Amino acid sequence: MRGRVWRLAVFLFVLGFTLNLVGIVSHVVVSSLAKRWFATPLPGAFTTEWYAYSWREFQLAYVLTVTATVAVTVTALALLLGFPAAYVLARRGFPAKNAVLLLYFLPLLIPQMTYGIPLATSLYRYRIGGTIAGVILANLVPMLPLAIFVLLPFVEQISESLEWAARVHGAGPWQVFRRVVLPLALPGLLTAGLLVLVNTVANFELSFLLSGAGSQTLVVALYYAVFAAGMRPIYSVDAMAVIYMVIVLLMLVAALRFVRPTQMVFRLGGK
Amino acid sequence: MKRGGLLLLVLPSVVYLLVMFVYPFAYGVFLSLHPAKGAAGASLANYLAFFGDPWQLRTIAVTASLAVPNTIVTVVLALTVAYAMRRGIWAERTITALLVLPIALGTVLVAEGINGFYGPKGWLNQGLQAAGLGDPPRLTHNYTGVMIALFVQHFPFCFLMLLGYISGIDPALEASARVLGARPWVVFRRVMWPLIAPGAAIAFALVFVMNFGVFPSAVLVGQPAGATRTIAIAAYQQAFEHCDMSMASAIAVVMGLCQLLGLAIVVGLRGRLAATGVATVGAGKR
Repeated sequence: MRGRVWRLAVFLFVLGFTLNLVGIVSHVVVSSLAKRWFATPLPGAFTTEWYAYSWREFQLAYVLTVTATVAVTVTALALLLGFPAAYVLARRGFPAKNAVLLLYFLPLLIPQMTYGIPLATSLYRYRIGGTIAGVILANLVPMLPLAIFVLLPFVEQISESLEWAARVHGAGPWQVFRRVVLPLALPGLLTAGLLVLVNTVANFELSFLLSGAGSQTLVVALYYAVFAAGMRPIYSVDAMAVIYMVIVLLMLVAALRFVRPTQMVFRLGGK
Repeated sequence: MKRGGLLLLVLPSVVYLLVMFVYPFAYGVFLSLHPAKGAAGASLANYLAFFGDPWQLRTIAVTASLAVPNTIVTVVLALTVAYAMRRGIWAERTITALLVLPIALGTVLVAEGINGFYGPKGWLNQGLQAAGLGDPPRLTHNYTGVMIALFVQHFPFCFLMLLGYISGIDPALEASARVLGARPWVVFRRVMWPLIAPGAAIAFALVFVMNFGVFPSAVLVGQPAGATRTIAIAAYQQAFEHCDMSMASAIAVVMGLCQLLGLAIVVGLRGRLAATGVATVGAGKR
């Protein structure tokens, strides 16, 4: 009896939390489609004109170009620098391995606001702050370790004897990498790439601290729009929020084909 | 390939993090000890100014008043739900995928959604009024708003982490305890909790650290000039509104030290919790 009441309470809580999520998300969607909406369950009339307005007023074409540039570059660099590191970590023990692992862990554990301010300070000092390059370099700090830790188990699964076999048959190191390791590591690279991509697009703090007038990513532009609520109709801000949401959701759906939801919190899950 | 040659492959990423993570951190500490104005040489002037100014010092209390209760509520609820779901439930993949949503969407979008949904004219208030509950209390642009935002963000995170952890515990341990006649509560207290405690401690520490660095939610759903002026806001204002990077670094260092203090307390408590442990963790299912 007590067990059933208990289970019912847990179920109701999960239901309530889910409803609250659905409410939060759909309120934004409905508001973006409203002509005017004021203290009624649903707006009186619907329109899609806020999307055109939002696209124009918030210069979304430009913002999206910046976002795509940042996200793709960060992903490419994270995989490029991260894969060799993951390979060595999976294959070899070396004297300072624990120190190196700690160095990779810290940017994922320490909140971005804490190290973002000193990082922004140094980058502005060298005049990299406020540029797209600055946003990319800063975002790479947590994304590189993320890529390494996602890639690690994938590389560990590749049997080393395959590499030896290739070497015995006369393949050079480059050929072994190109023809054996890389094809086998492809699923890992895809997973890591998607996770880094979606995390970079959604990453706020570092992009916010490093972006200047011409280097705002979508989520930073959205922050400024919400922050300056009242400057523009709330419906247009919500239209922008929906555009952002659709982009993230598409990537999330793609990512969830390869990753279990519990792996999404990997970045802070520790071991 | 030779051993040394292979190790060169780690070098680019290590160098990158040394230059972009360790160096800025060290530079920040150095900068915080060298105030913008005043004599050359190291001085604690920034820290003294921070702790001497009630308006700045208050941010620590404000941040703690958000972070501590929110962390406790989040971890306790996430632990309860994850424990209840430890043997899998109906539509688990759909539910967990749904829970990932706020993590993937990020703080800014969740904040905007909360402003709408929980706002004075949002669906929640309309519903409560329609139910005849009169004028509900204000839920956004204050302390409550930030608490809601933090909870919506961190509950799924904490839940998924604990679910992965708890479902990795060998079910045979629980089954044996039940066979030997232990009631559900005794099973939890004597068998499961000692195994869960280390994971719960990690979850608690991580949620606390994230809560303590709260920035966008505190600005967008809070009252950044008053009730929810957290320490991250204070640091940001020094850096980008007063352009005093030295003072901003000092505040960032204080923020980091507070987070470290929270971690140290959890680690200390964990030692005592784990001391009651009797069983071992089996192979992970997930």
